[in-house]
Amino acid sequence: MAGVPSKLRYRPFNLGRWLTWGLTALVMVVLPQIFTQGYAITLMSQMGIMIVFALSYNMLLGQGGMLSFGHAVYSGLGAYVAVHILNLAGAGKIWMPLSLLPLVGGLGGAFFGVLFGYVTTKRAGTTFAMITLGIAVLVDTWATMSRAFFGGEQGVSTDRVIGKPFLGITYGPGVQVYYLIAVWCLVSMALMYAWSHTPLGRIANAVRDNPERAEFIGYDTQRVRWFTLIISAFFAGISGGLSTINFEIVTPDVVSLSASGGVLLATFIGGIGFFFGPILGAVVFSFFAVALSNYTNAWQFYLGLFFVLMVMYAPGGIASIIVMQLQLIARKRFWRIAPHYLAAGASGLVLLAALILTVEMTYQLSENSANGTVMNLFGVNFDCAKALPWAVAVGLWIVGGILFNLARQRVARVWGEIQTELLQARA
Amino acid sequence: MEFFVISLLNGVSYGLLLFMLSSGLTLIFSLMGVLNFAHAAFYMMGAYAAYSLGLKIGFFPALILAPLVVGLLGALVERYGLRTVHPYGHVAELLFTFGLAYLIDEIVKVGWGLTAVPFRVPAALHGPLFTVYATEFPKMRGFMMLVALLMLLAVYLLVTRTRIGLVIQAALTHPHMAEALGHNVPRVFMLVFGGGTALAGLAGVIGGVAFITSPSMADSLVPIMFVVVVVGGMVSLAGSFLASLLIGLIQSFAIGLDWSLGGLLDALGVAVNAHTPLYSLLKLQLSAVAPTLPYLLLVLMLIFRPKGLLGTRAD
Amino acid sequence: MNAHALELKAVSKSFGNTAIIRGVDLAIAQGERHALIGPNGAGKSTLFNLISGRYPVSGGKILLNGDSITGLKPFEINRKGLSRSFQITNIFQRMSVFENLRCAVLWSLGYKYSFWHQLKELKDANRSAEEVMEAIGLKGRRDTPAGVLSYAEQRALEIGITIAGGAGVILLDEPTAGMSRTETADAVELIRKVSQGKTLIMVEHDMGVIFDLADRISVLVYGELIASDKPENIRGNQAVQEAYLGTEAH
Repeated sequence: MAGVPSKLRYRPFNLGRWLTWGLTALVMVVLPQIFTQGYAITLMSQMGIMIVFALSYNMLLGQGGMLSFGHAVYSGLGAYVAVHILNLAGAGKIWMPLSLLPLVGGLGGAFFGVLFGYVTTKRAGTTFAMITLGIAVLVDTWATMSRAFFGGEQGVSTDRVIGKPFLGITYGPGVQVYYLIAVWCLVSMALMYAWSHTPLGRIANAVRDNPERAEFIGYDTQRVRWFTLIISAFFAGISGGLSTINFEIVTPDVVSLSASGGVLLATFIGGIGFFFGPILGAVVFSFFAVALSNYTNAWQFYLGLFFVLMVMYAPGGIASIIVMQLQLIARKRFWRIAPHYLAAGASGLVLLAALILTVEMTYQLSENSANGTVMNLFGVNFDCAKALPWAVAVGLWIVGGILFNLARQRVARVWGEIQTELLQARA
Repeated sequence: MEFFVISLLNGVSYGLLLFMLSSGLTLIFSLMGVLNFAHAAFYMMGAYAAYSLGLKIGFFPALILAPLVVGLLGALVERYGLRTVHPYGHVAELLFTFGLAYLIDEIVKVGWGLTAVPFRVPAALHGPLFTVYATEFPKMRGFMMLVALLMLLAVYLLVTRTRIGLVIQAALTHPHMAEALGHNVPRVFMLVFGGGTALAGLAGVIGGVAFITSPSMADSLVPIMFVVVVVGGMVSLAGSFLASLLIGLIQSFAIGLDWSLGGLLDALGVAVNAHTPLYSLLKLQLSAVAPTLPYLLLVLMLIFRPKGLLGTRAD
Repeated sequence: MNAHALELKAVSKSFGNTAIIRGVDLAIAQGERHALIGPNGAGKSTLFNLISGRYPVSGGKILLNGDSITGLKPFEINRKGLSRSFQITNIFQRMSVFENLRCAVLWSLGYKYSFWHQLKELKDANRSAEEVMEAIGLKGRRDTPAGVLSYAEQRALEIGITIAGGAGVILLDEPTAGMSRTETADAVELIRKVSQGKTLIMVEHDMGVIFDLADRISVLVYGELIASDKPENIRGNQAVQEAYLGTEAH
């Protein structure tokens, strides 16, 4: 290989990467043209906000190895800073185009990142997790107590339509707001991706993997964590600014522990090991929170269960599952395992039906009992006080359980066979 | 003086309740290295289990049975959940218990509804135990203190006087050695997790009946529980006992005091009025910021004395 | 430069009541290859941990090129031009060989905490990393995660990370421990190559390696330096013989 300059490895134009980004942008542009209902626009706007938030969170968890229970502090405070600036601009006291408001949120988030991050990033691991929790509770309690900045329990409301229309854009209609969010989302995604390929981004990985050695190659690990957190807080603040524009109200909920828990759930479900993982997680999470919540009050139960199952059986999240399948496809082994996936999926659906039936009937009997015991599920009307639906549920559990277990064993066996083959092929 | 005695009694009884809760957490953390985020959720399950059981068998049998049910569930969670994620490390375990807490919250909402259930103090514990000055001290508070002290005694005897206690102590300091000596460390883990959650369940029965049994009863306790174990030094039962009392007292005294920074300056002869810079901060009364004090303590503690009051480990 | 590359003045270390290092004085000239030997538990690794800032000293002073580095943090000492390897392999397991080495050159090339450079544009960093990779013979393993390398390869990477930053003073803690005879020979060549023009201090058990590489040898026994001299003189030193035979005979 003597004649080949090693420079060749750095291709100046990476076609695959441009295609990926181009396609992502295209999808974001086209989607609202296909799904034009206001409801779909709302969902997609929230997905865009959540994508920025989850990616910023993964700078900490995935890239820097910092498990935070208080990331909503930065997005939430960013949202508050943005809403106050927007109100000042609305009152004509300052000049501030709405399009740039997310940047204000980002700077607000970064400011608190500098402040709180200095304290939290002194330590790592479990201690870091607990300090973030402590800070989150402090801010949360402060938010419900202080009227001046947080507006008490009602929060601070605003009107995003300020100034004269520019090229006909008023930001009144939801779809215009969606496109604003989409642009900021795309830019933030690109910047965060770029960050992961900078010296600081790479050293954050190093500090995650082996903080001690990082100190012996010249890096102050506290600084690395702090700077990473500030940048992460900046992007969290951008998502906060976007949510200010989207909802036109900011309440103390945005800094609550459950908001912080939500982004942790979303990011982890998507997968912390790959850059695109949190994007998937944000989409799934928003789907649960916005779409599923219309159908069931137990959506958080399903989300929580999904999360726990992921932690137990797929700690790499959805992203790692996808990447594993892509590897199988690339090595031409996917079709051998696909039928078994299908069987597992089908029996899994039976189990899911059993779960939904059980949960929804229980819910009808407890919380919803004022509305009687007759309920509708999947278009079927039935009385959940009777024995029959429960018998059906038990039957589904048993049948689904047996079938799923069989399918699972097959999948595991074939998977093992394929892996052994691939290992042998490599050796 | 009246304020002092009442605050003292309230603080001590609340502190003892916190200790019931945090002792299990400390045991689990010190032995397994698992920071059980779901501990407060088990506390809540104790309350709900006792409420439902109490409807059938009465309060006092439920007081015994509910913690056992919760402990059994805890042991099952350890065996079939936590043990699966153990190989992925402490952060994965923390994530698992975090998800579990979330899930239990939702199970409670699905099973018992979103609003509080009428879990009432039994007739035998109605009324005042004694009267100090003009204020009555309820029997229920006294009962709470009694149960907490009995539990403290039982845990102490269990850990210091029994074989299993010795194994726990050994596994605590030298897990590999304990395993090498033939003790089944995974089973000890399961017992400890079950036992720890049972203690949380017991605290839940008491806390639920004394205060309120609602789906939000766990949320408000998660952070305060962490404050107690961190301030107490994570691995020290004595430390968490001291910390529990400290937090209980801080809470009950601060709530009753209308001190403020402005008042302090006033007393020192500095005039404070609405035009003083930072006036809104200065006029904040201690009673108003009382809920934040424990967390302030937590953050300060983690920065300046991460070992905690009586702890030995820094990380 | 007239100053010694590294100078220890009455350095001591105690853990609780146990004194591990008892007043070590040592001066190492610029460009010298120095070996630190001694029976197990003599405190060799502890001495390395004190010099590199992993532990604070209990007493005494440490000078690097004439400047005091006593009480500094590991990264500060590293930035002043001292780099060390570890006895137990201490690399970034989940990163590729190339990324390991690139991380190790970033600070010394001045990129520090930069979040405005793209790594692939950093020609100097990439070139240095490639050069070190070539030097340690891991070119063929460029994109392999460090965690799945063979033991000898991991040891080579350990040395690579240590020297990549271009530090003038290199501390190697048992670089050949656990290696086969041929692997050891390779490692010796590697160390000779990469320590060219630098000051090298190494803890080593393999006498062959030591007499092959070292200009001078210091002998540490129970936290005290009992001899520091040229290899041929150490070989004949009565006290050293006793220390070694005395501890290895039982």
